[in-house]
Amino acid sequence: MCGIVGLHLRDPELYPQLGQLLESMLCGVVERGPDSAGVAVYGDTRRVPDGHAAVSVLLPAGTTPEALKDALAGLAPVVTPAGDTTLVAAPTGVDALVAAVRTAFPAATVIGSGRDLAVYKGTGHPRALAETYDLAGARGWQGLAHTRMATESAVTPEGCHPFSVGPDQCLVHNGSFSNHATIRRDLVREGVTFDSANDSEVGARFVASRLAQGEDLEKALLALRETFDGFYTLLVTSADGFAVVRDPIACKPAVIAETDAWVAMASEFRALASLPGIDAARLYEPEPGKVYAWTR
Amino acid sequence: MDAVAPETVTFDLAETGGVRALNAELHRPSAKSYAVENPAGAHAIAAGIDADIAVEVRGHAGYYCAGMNDGGTVTVHGNAGTGVAENMMSGSVRVRGDASQSAGATAHGGLLVVEGSASMRCGISMKGVDIVVGGSVGSMSAFMAQAGRLVICGDAGDGLGDSIYEARLYVRGRVGSLGADCVEKEMRDEHRTELAELLAEAGLHHDPAEFRRYGSGRSLYHFTSEHSASY
Amino acid sequence: MTSPAARGLRESATFDRATIAGIQHAARTGVYDIRGWGAKRAVPHFDDLLFLGASMSRYPLEGYRERCDTDVVLGDRHARFPLHLQTPVTIAGMSFGALSAQAKEALGRGASEVGTSTTTGDGGMTDEERGQSKHLVYQYLPSRYGMNPAHLRAADAIEVVLGQGAKPGGGGMLLGQKISDRVAEMRTLPPGIDQRSACRHPDWTGPDDLAIKIGELREITDWEKPVYVKVGATRTYYDVKLAVAAGADVVVVDGMQGGTAATQEVFIEHVGIPTLAAIPQAVQALQELGLHRKVQLIVSGGIRTGADVAKAMALGADAVAIGTAALVALGDNDPQYAAEYEAIGSAAGYYDDFQDGRDPAGITTQDPELAARLDPVEGGRRLANYLRVLTMEAQTIARACGKAHVLHLEPEDLVALTIEAAAMARVPLAGTSWIPGVTR
Repeated sequence: MCGIVGLHLRDPELYPQLGQLLESMLCGVVERGPDSAGVAVYGDTRRVPDGHAAVSVLLPAGTTPEALKDALAGLAPVVTPAGDTTLVAAPTGVDALVAAVRTAFPAATVIGSGRDLAVYKGTGHPRALAETYDLAGARGWQGLAHTRMATESAVTPEGCHPFSVGPDQCLVHNGSFSNHATIRRDLVREGVTFDSANDSEVGARFVASRLAQGEDLEKALLALRETFDGFYTLLVTSADGFAVVRDPIACKPAVIAETDAWVAMASEFRALASLPGIDAARLYEPEPGKVYAWTR
Repeated sequence: MDAVAPETVTFDLAETGGVRALNAELHRPSAKSYAVENPAGAHAIAAGIDADIAVEVRGHAGYYCAGMNDGGTVTVHGNAGTGVAENMMSGSVRVRGDASQSAGATAHGGLLVVEGSASMRCGISMKGVDIVVGGSVGSMSAFMAQAGRLVICGDAGDGLGDSIYEARLYVRGRVGSLGADCVEKEMRDEHRTELAELLAEAGLHHDPAEFRRYGSGRSLYHFTSEHSASY
Repeated sequence: MTSPAARGLRESATFDRATIAGIQHAARTGVYDIRGWGAKRAVPHFDDLLFLGASMSRYPLEGYRERCDTDVVLGDRHARFPLHLQTPVTIAGMSFGALSAQAKEALGRGASEVGTSTTTGDGGMTDEERGQSKHLVYQYLPSRYGMNPAHLRAADAIEVVLGQGAKPGGGGMLLGQKISDRVAEMRTLPPGIDQRSACRHPDWTGPDDLAIKIGELREITDWEKPVYVKVGATRTYYDVKLAVAAGADVVVVDGMQGGTAATQEVFIEHVGIPTLAAIPQAVQALQELGLHRKVQLIVSGGIRTGADVAKAMALGADAVAIGTAALVALGDNDPQYAAEYEAIGSAAGYYDDFQDGRDPAGITTQDPELAARLDPVEGGRRLANYLRVLTMEAQTIARACGKAHVLHLEPEDLVALTIEAAAMARVPLAGTSWIPGVTR
């Protein structure tokens, strides 16, 4: 149970303000999820320079970002710690960087990877975490954030959203799936591995496995709708876009706002209230069971 | 922005005190007329009014705006979040924009007007309120509606009036589908008359002849296994 | 005639006579069995726990002389006016509709006499119960029948009901026999119909939205009243954490033995967990949040004696609520009506057809003639007597364990008679230091 915000910028003039805008949005959903918070930023070249791959990592206890940097020295990485998360960027391929991190620290949890994406997760008060992540300083073309009120799994960095389990993909969830254990078992049988006991991770792994089979985001989310029981508002982002879907009963809230300059989605309007041009935005609620998608 | 009469007391929610100070004042009003600036989606704005006072909310409201209103006249110059005018007893609430889920939920009396559209579960479990929606309503509207009247000038989503009791529904546009035990009923003169009155009260100008009427088939009033699919 | 057993006939353990009767009923009517009361099956319960009275290592308190308090404060986390009760035994929510107006009044009279609270139910607040209840908790339910802001303000506390131990996840029912004109009017329903209540609230779902709903209720009542959240016992550890996260001042956990006025038998017997298993989960959740004894825990479902009260409190509850036992105290299942119980196909001590409205004791009915059998003053006196006995019994045990307040009882004062009870209650098996699942 949680608060969700996402912002997809259409106007490049706003790219330098992405982090500031996202932070203001995050503050509007703090009360929905006071346990922990996660953030994903797309296109911040100071965090993920052009030609680099990036991996976000939760390091196991007793290891340090410096040790990771030393272990990856051959790849000339830039290693930036931010609370529980350590961001590693290096001029190499995504798969190569993920493999190198896993080889160096098998007990580390990879919480995000891509050519354009920086993911941060941690436990604590969302406002304090936004500062830890220097969210206000982020720039880029798209981002999302999530505040968590844990339901049936532990309050840990691994259990936070977003779940980023495929390259440049993220999923955040408000609600609760009620048949996730069975779907998890099915995915495990297919060889999928999990990082947390969180029901939302099952949704993310399900979508990632569909995307890996070549489906587009919309098709994958329609498949999710047919497979998952329970209540959900989902925001899913990828290397080129942004999608929102609610379950057919649609009890969990969602508001979408659109202007020529941006598309924004949040659990509640109060998270959108301070966006520039909000007074003239087209405001609407996504209909139950329908997939809304935007691409760059 | 409308002109503010001098006797109107203005609360700016961006300043300290917020909703709590506003509601404390509205529960023991020292004026007849209030304006609320910078609502910014805050929750429970003007909830629990128990007096004949007017409140103008200048912007978008969050959840439960004018919740349990009993006698107040509340206008939202913007959109309203979940459960606007929920459990209203009397008075009137007008939303100039759209309303989110569960508008007028369980309300016993008074008039709720949504000039725009209302999303899912509009009038859920309504118990005597009159609701007039200028636009459309989402799915499962008037679910378990017990009493009162719901007027929809646009379209209704799926499952309209599911498990309805004695509420009366009027729809001008298309109905996605009717819920269990909700049936179309004959539009007689008395219905055209009450509909015309409701539209006039809401300030909307539609011909009552363009509406269809729906209500309970009363087949779920006594539990039998033949209806098990509807339970 | 000799009994079947004496004639050497063998009853099936799987298809016993009650099961056979159930199949026959289903085949005959095509409708599942709806009844009142709570779970009747045997489950690990307080009877499987024993107290370690003081002896040499600990000193008992002298009964009647040395102080052992029983008062409790409920809801002092956010509310301006928390409840201060003289006994930790409260009366659980039961609706006017399920019960007669006289029964509701009697509950109010009995509870007020001993300084404890009573609770409305799914049907609104009656003048009789408000008038006779010193401390009245107003339930806020999915149906919102009779929900009224004036009553919200007239209440001493608000209980947001998510579920009931008899049917977690299910909505309420009230069959047509009990929808009298007055009940129908209070619920805005046509008289005589079979009423169904929703299983979810109409305008919020989940703890994040419950937090906003609780905020609204506090705004409407000017932050004066404690807000309780009641859940049926299932995933209690998580539910209690989330209730607290949503802002509850008090959490009420109702175990599967908790009663109902009318619910599907399959629900009553097969959904939910025993009260004994729920308490340690709830207490663990509160302790992990650092809020045990700060957000109070009320436990219900199968409380019958002062020993049950003391055991629930030793496991960590701040108070208990009684429902079925209170009805019995008023006169439910009284042997004086034995012939009448037989005449409607039941027996004194077995009667659970609360849905039917033909209660010979005049409690679970809306029939004016039957309801008139219960004198609210006399019923109130009987309930007050019973509440005093429960309180004194709990106090007796607390003194024997050397406690100056019943709230000072602790899990270490308890041992279990069975491995099941030891595992559920997380106390050692008697005579050992073994807590299954906790110690080796």
